[in-house]
Amino acid sequence: MQMDTEKKHIFDSKKNVHLVLYGLFGSLILLLALEPFIHKHPYFAWEEWFGFYAIYGFVACVLLVLAAKYILRPFVKREEDYYD
Amino acid sequence: MIEFIPPAFIYILGALLVPLLRGRVKSAYMLILPIISFFFLISTQVGTAWEIDFLGFDLVPFKVDRLSLVFGYIFHLISVIGIIYTLSIRSDLEYVAGLVYAGSALGVVFAGDLFTFFVFWEMLTVSALWLIWAKRTKASQAAGFRYLMVHVFGGLVLLAGIIMYISEQKSISLGFIGLHSPATYCIFIGMGINAAWPLLHTWLTDAYPESTVGGAVFLSAFTTKTAVYALARTFPGTEPLIWIGAVMTAFPIFFAVIENDMRRVLSYSLINQVGFMMVGIGIGTELSINGAAAHAFAHILYKSLLFMSMGAVIFRTGKINATDLGGLYKSMPWTALFCSIGAASISAFPLTSGFVSKSMVLDAAAHGHMSIIWLTLLFASAGVFHHSGIKIPFFAFFSHDAGHRVKEAPPSMLIAMGIAAFFCIFLGVYPKFLYSILPYPVDFVPYTAPHVLSQLQLLMFSALAFTLLLRSGIYPAEIRAINLDTDLIYRKGGRLFYQVMDKGLNAFNSAAEQVFVGKFLVHVTNHVKRLPATLLAKICWPFWKTAFDAPDRKTISENLLKRAQSGFYPIAIMGLFAAIYFSLLFLL
Repeated sequence: MQMDTEKKHIFDSKKNVHLVLYGLFGSLILLLALEPFIHKHPYFAWEEWFGFYAIYGFVACVLLVLAAKYILRPFVKREEDYYD
Repeated sequence: MIEFIPPAFIYILGALLVPLLRGRVKSAYMLILPIISFFFLISTQVGTAWEIDFLGFDLVPFKVDRLSLVFGYIFHLISVIGIIYTLSIRSDLEYVAGLVYAGSALGVVFAGDLFTFFVFWEMLTVSALWLIWAKRTKASQAAGFRYLMVHVFGGLVLLAGIIMYISEQKSISLGFIGLHSPATYCIFIGMGINAAWPLLHTWLTDAYPESTVGGAVFLSAFTTKTAVYALARTFPGTEPLIWIGAVMTAFPIFFAVIENDMRRVLSYSLINQVGFMMVGIGIGTELSINGAAAHAFAHILYKSLLFMSMGAVIFRTGKINATDLGGLYKSMPWTALFCSIGAASISAFPLTSGFVSKSMVLDAAAHGHMSIIWLTLLFASAGVFHHSGIKIPFFAFFSHDAGHRVKEAPPSMLIAMGIAAFFCIFLGVYPKFLYSILPYPVDFVPYTAPHVLSQLQLLMFSALAFTLLLRSGIYPAEIRAINLDTDLIYRKGGRLFYQVMDKGLNAFNSAAEQVFVGKFLVHVTNHVKRLPATLLAKICWPFWKTAFDAPDRKTISENLLKRAQSGFYPIAIMGLFAAIYFSLLFLL
């Protein structure tokens, strides 16, 4: 990565972006596939459910974004000069 | 022979010399100050205390124990990093304010009595203010004033609490306080304002984004973490802190998702991270206090790293809103890399500092079977990855190319970010270093297979959610807008108060003026002016009516009035002549 503006940068090509995405999807599958082989020491019952953390993380983020976008933003969004 | 000088003295007195020095000597001098102070500190024994008798109270301006040492170490480290970072900024005001600010924080941390504690606590506010005002914009000036108002209020609540507490306890020593009386509630809330508790947090998200490039690095490290230290010292095991902390971890992430100003996103995530520390202090076990202290240590490094990277972006592009940024990895690759390391650390990826510290707090909550708290913290962990871990680096350095073709950050900034990034990874790879300086012995193993796997699952599936939402277009677009928060109450409320006072008091004032000055006084003076004439007319009319062939009463009254105004009464002249006549008689 140089500062040359004419140069093609790493994420300018769609191929590299797709590579990152495939890397992400691959690691997700790997993380789920590893789970049965790991011996857990749960504090809570739900930690034993298969893929609890994966589902919790996914659902938490989707809910977070939806709530922020559709519930919070309509209430709090104002023009940038609101306080001026 | 001086065996020891407390860090606060070295910093604060040392800061005063900074404006007198020039060029490289100044840079070297500023770097040497914290290093000298650090060597003094590591040469002291745990348990050292200076006691001075003062008006019958035992002042302890310097006292060292393991809790204060953790904060002492990290404050030294971050001030070195902060000074290196600001070397290319060349602003004496910021240097002096930054050093006094760091020194005050160290003063609080090593204070052994409430009096010393309070003095340094207030110095912290005053010196921080200059780091905001040093930006010299209208917005920063206003934000600085609001910052001052909130902290002066907080300081007064704290002072009231301390005074009541001292009169209850008959002692000014600083130790465990605990919630049990109005005095302790005041102290609790006074500290809570500096810890940016929910609803009391807006001074932070208001002022930090308006501070200078270097100022934000200092600010992000000291004020809230000094409050964390103070609460860990005085209120460990106080249950309300668990709930306050849990709310703090959860609510700011919603604001962070829709916020456009990147440093404001970081400010919200700062509150979120301090929430974890509050929970740790509230649980109050050895593991959880260790967790809070460790998390403060790790947090100061990665949060300042993130603020440094965003500061470098402002320094080079002059922009900070997500709508104006993107694609900067092309021109600022090192900054992008360091920012990503900070982002990974705050998200608690394995092999970074956040992983080894945050998990202690989560484990402490699980040990205590606090399922709701634990689930909230887990939600916040996923959320912080979402907005600080992905949003910050993604919208600044990747995303759509905003077309900025700028130079990489100056070397001093890169060195400072490099040191912070090094520590983020070093602590994650070698947690024993961090664990060895914690207040209590640590028997906690962060790297177990299920722990690493579960954390990676949580984070990577959060990343999946981000990716899917972004590519499907559901992810909220960055909008040029601001978001209201509870500072609305005093920003608009202050204006409302002013208007009510303006309309209310000024209307009363003008009404009073109209009635009293405009009507009443005019009436009175008119009346008084006419009084002698009218009285005279009233009294004399019966006589004149019979004695003279007067035209009518009205004409006589008018004539009398004219004469009264010119002072020419016929009676007075007669009186004068009479008086002259009698005095002549008397004299002759």
